[in-house]
Amino acid sequence: MMRTGSLIARFATADDLLKAVRELRGRGYTKLDAYSPFPIHGMSEALCAEDARLPWLVFLCGAAGALLGYGLQYYVSVIAYPLNVGGRPLHSWPAFIPVTFETTVLLAAFGAVIGMFAMNGLPRPHHPVFDVPGFERASHDAFFVEVRADDPQFDRARTEDILRVLGAMAVHEVSRA
Amino acid sequence: MSTKKREVTAVVEPSPRTGHGMPAAVQAHGERGADPELLLGSHTYDSVGDRISGIVLNQRSHPFAWFAVFGIAFLFLNGMMLTITWLLYRGVGIWGINQPAGWGFDIINFVWWIGIGHAGTLISAILLLMRQQWRTSINRFAEAMTLFAVACAGLYPLLHTGRPWVAYWLFPYPNAMGIWPQFRSPLIWDVFAVSTYMTVSALFWFVGLVPDLATLRDRAKNRIARILFGIGALGWRGSARHWSRYEAAYLMLAGLSTPLVLSVHSIVSFDFAVSVLPGWHATIFPPYFVAGAIYAGFAMVLTLAIPIRAWYGLKDFITDKHLDWMAKIMLATGLIVVYGYVMEIFYGWYSGNPYEGYLIKNRLTGPYAPMFWALLVCNGVAPQILWSPRWRSSPAILFVVSLVVSVGMWLERFIIIPVSLHRDFLPSSWGMYVPTIWDWSMFVGTLGLFFFLMFLFIRFLPMISIFEMRELLHRLRARKAGEGA
Repeated sequence: MMRTGSLIARFATADDLLKAVRELRGRGYTKLDAYSPFPIHGMSEALCAEDARLPWLVFLCGAAGALLGYGLQYYVSVIAYPLNVGGRPLHSWPAFIPVTFETTVLLAAFGAVIGMFAMNGLPRPHHPVFDVPGFERASHDAFFVEVRADDPQFDRARTEDILRVLGAMAVHEVSRA
Repeated sequence: MSTKKREVTAVVEPSPRTGHGMPAAVQAHGERGADPELLLGSHTYDSVGDRISGIVLNQRSHPFAWFAVFGIAFLFLNGMMLTITWLLYRGVGIWGINQPAGWGFDIINFVWWIGIGHAGTLISAILLLMRQQWRTSINRFAEAMTLFAVACAGLYPLLHTGRPWVAYWLFPYPNAMGIWPQFRSPLIWDVFAVSTYMTVSALFWFVGLVPDLATLRDRAKNRIARILFGIGALGWRGSARHWSRYEAAYLMLAGLSTPLVLSVHSIVSFDFAVSVLPGWHATIFPPYFVAGAIYAGFAMVLTLAIPIRAWYGLKDFITDKHLDWMAKIMLATGLIVVYGYVMEIFYGWYSGNPYEGYLIKNRLTGPYAPMFWALLVCNGVAPQILWSPRWRSSPAILFVVSLVVSVGMWLERFIIIPVSLHRDFLPSSWGMYVPTIWDWSMFVGTLGLFFFLMFLFIRFLPMISIFEMRELLHRLRARKAGEGA
């Protein structure tokens, strides 16, 4: 059992942060995360953090919305409450398209928002990184990289040296949750 | 230098030096080639955040104008509450609607408000997909405008049902009465379109707010503010893995909202176009309604943005460049709308249908003709002064033109709705539509509700997206570094 928590280092600029992440990846670190006040172009590629599941979830939710919306209209208009209006067919599909479209968008949007927050593990009011001194600036003008203690390359002293060589302004240990 | 060549270089390199004669549209287009005119002054990540969050966190910073507008809006809102109370007591008979014009102010104002809302979605979603970086400082504000305008719009059909306490009958659910909605009617499409639009707009707005609420949580000195913003921020910590999914979700929401906003106003226009009434039964309605919605919406964004940026000293963020772009969009959509009016007159003649022909004659020379000519002046003539860059760059002129356009778009809905209804096929069933004092108090009341909500929003939530402004600043710095090299 390791007793140390992960290391978190603060960098001055977004470009320094991106450079540090790329360098750490180059040295074989895999369990990394970065914190920044705005999304940094190229960061998710550098971290290999791209998650392909979300678009699929949105697609599936949209498809479910389309089926439910159309199914509802079919059930109501053909089975539950058939109304003969001027001899028009009960299953008049072109008239069902607008509502089908709306339910598709509605469920897909819920899928995107709820899926995104759920995959991010949010809402989570508290997290150990919030205890790092100066971390409140991560939502302002500070840029952090975190090397997790369960990374195979992790070594408390050596990793800290590497972070300092890469230009970290401060290195802290994150208490374990 | 050709446009195409520059785009390619802009993606590969952080912006090589571009000629000063380069049109702004080309400069703003490249991924990294942000237009320096979109953020004025010498700003840092810190100063951008402080400037925007300061409005919320320093509650003493609000100018007298805030209290003045808020107070008047609150007064109007109370007028609306009185009107609704009287309406619920007496019924919709207190309004001017009757046979043959069963749709009056209730539908005019519903369409007017929902159209105003559309500019918000256009700015936040369509301009995002088109990578128009000038959307950044106005999107939050315009999205809030969308929500509040849709809330005002939603009140009208709800109250027009006459018995709003059973408005849930509009939704399909198994009930003891054994009845279901009629899905072949555009009115039920409208229920789904507007409620979906309201929900998706609220989701989009909230997702955009989360990182900014985290900024406010970390900046707030007041404990209660910190707790409230902390709840809203959902524990956002700016992790790159979170940002990655966040950006994907945001882009997909934009992709979903884009066809949604077009569908909503198309469906609103189906309320008319699917009927067989002269003046309503036209295939041009959906695109013509959508263009009109964007036109009215940009007018409202300008009406709000011009005074607010002056009161709060936000001219660095909402620059003259932004006003210029919005004025151009207003001019373009205004021309589409006028094309619609011309085509309607053409159809009246070309259809060879005596009822359609009479409708046009009635519109041009009938009892409501002065409104039609006023409409042409407001929507057709007045905006043409925006062709001149000199006039366009004056916020005062722009402000007046946007007010005139708002009036014009309101007149357009009046021309379409009661003017078509009051004289249809049989002269024996003709009549006149005259709004009552309660129609006017309800309309003024929704204006009160809109400004009441809007001014609460600018006081308690960041009205400009902080994280997107910082991202823009980052791009501008990358561009500067590229130019220096």
